[in-house]
Amino acid sequence: MAEFRLPANSRIGKGREFRADTAAKRIKRFVVYRYDPDGGENPRMDTYEVDMERCGPMVLDALIKIKNEIDPTLTFRRSCREGICGSCAMNIDGTNTLACIKSTEEVSGEVKVYPLPHLPVVKDLVPDLTNFYAQYASIKPWLQSQTPPPPDRERLQTKEDQEKINEPSACILCACCSTSCPSYWWNGDRYLGPAALLAAYRWIVDSRDEATGERLDHLEDPFRLYRCHTIMNCTRTCPKGLNPAKAISETKQLLAKRRH
Amino acid sequence: MSLRSPLARALGLGAAGDGPAHWWSQRVSAVAMVVLTSWFLLSAVNLELGNPGVVAQWLAAPLNTVLMILLTGTLSYHSAIGVQVVLEDYLGGWVRVTGLLVSQFLHILLAAVAIVAILRIAFGVR
Repeated sequence: MAEFRLPANSRIGKGREFRADTAAKRIKRFVVYRYDPDGGENPRMDTYEVDMERCGPMVLDALIKIKNEIDPTLTFRRSCREGICGSCAMNIDGTNTLACIKSTEEVSGEVKVYPLPHLPVVKDLVPDLTNFYAQYASIKPWLQSQTPPPPDRERLQTKEDQEKINEPSACILCACCSTSCPSYWWNGDRYLGPAALLAAYRWIVDSRDEATGERLDHLEDPFRLYRCHTIMNCTRTCPKGLNPAKAISETKQLLAKRRH
Repeated sequence: MSLRSPLARALGLGAAGDGPAHWWSQRVSAVAMVVLTSWFLLSAVNLELGNPGVVAQWLAAPLNTVLMILLTGTLSYHSAIGVQVVLEDYLGGWVRVTGLLVSQFLHILLAAVAIVAILRIAFGVR
């Protein structure tokens, strides 16, 4: 159900300010969402001034510098720092993206950093992705086939068939798309969201898969699939340049096709 | 608190097996609305709308009566299934169910009133 105001214990207060060294030449201000579940206090926005002369170019570089040199209590997920693991997905300058491939220079003025929207917050910039992963598991993201593979080789696929799954396979499950979708905010318990639906589509159009019908059955639901109203937030925000909205629309066309 | 696994919660009550028909109806009624509304606007432009007698005479022509009934019927239907989507998006629990019920009754009532009004004018009942 839609919520237009944050619950009382989630409203954001003013936080602390960490000033840069007076010798700092090129200062960038990072305003970061902070929440400590053990503190019993409301979330707050802390401001950190970072000398960009002594910092890497990406927002993740700045966050790591803040954690190492200014405030070790700042908590966030990161791993590969090159846009392939999806760990550092967060809301930067109003858009969900990966901190490791978002250049600080692209942001004019203060860099505002929040966790991914409308998920329970574990701590600071770390959201609880349990439901997101469970929804991904629910679409059975593996090859299902009754025909055994040939004994002497892999299952063959034409180049054209491979091209169909090429792009959807590149999804890194960072959750930027699903958490940018208002339908997922209001009905995320039942609507699968763009990431899980893109993954479902990837197996529906896989020429080697033999569970296409069951996969479509699983999605034939007013909430699981049809909460998508094609507003395209998912496609606009995807840090990998994928198009979940197109995959969802093609899934709807396949469901219509098997009725007519 | 629930001790069900996250996957059990994500799977919920399973797929309703519903949705494509609603999706298809939205598109069919939208196409019908484009045709019927264009006809209605073209007719209204050429009509002396300030004169009730002229309008009643126009409405009494069999083709116009049929098309006007189709227009009001399609409009109510298209609106009903559209409002349904809005209510399902923003409401939850019993409020959602009550909202859907009220919306469907209202749309059927409005369609019935409009169609009876058209028929009364068409058949010259005063």
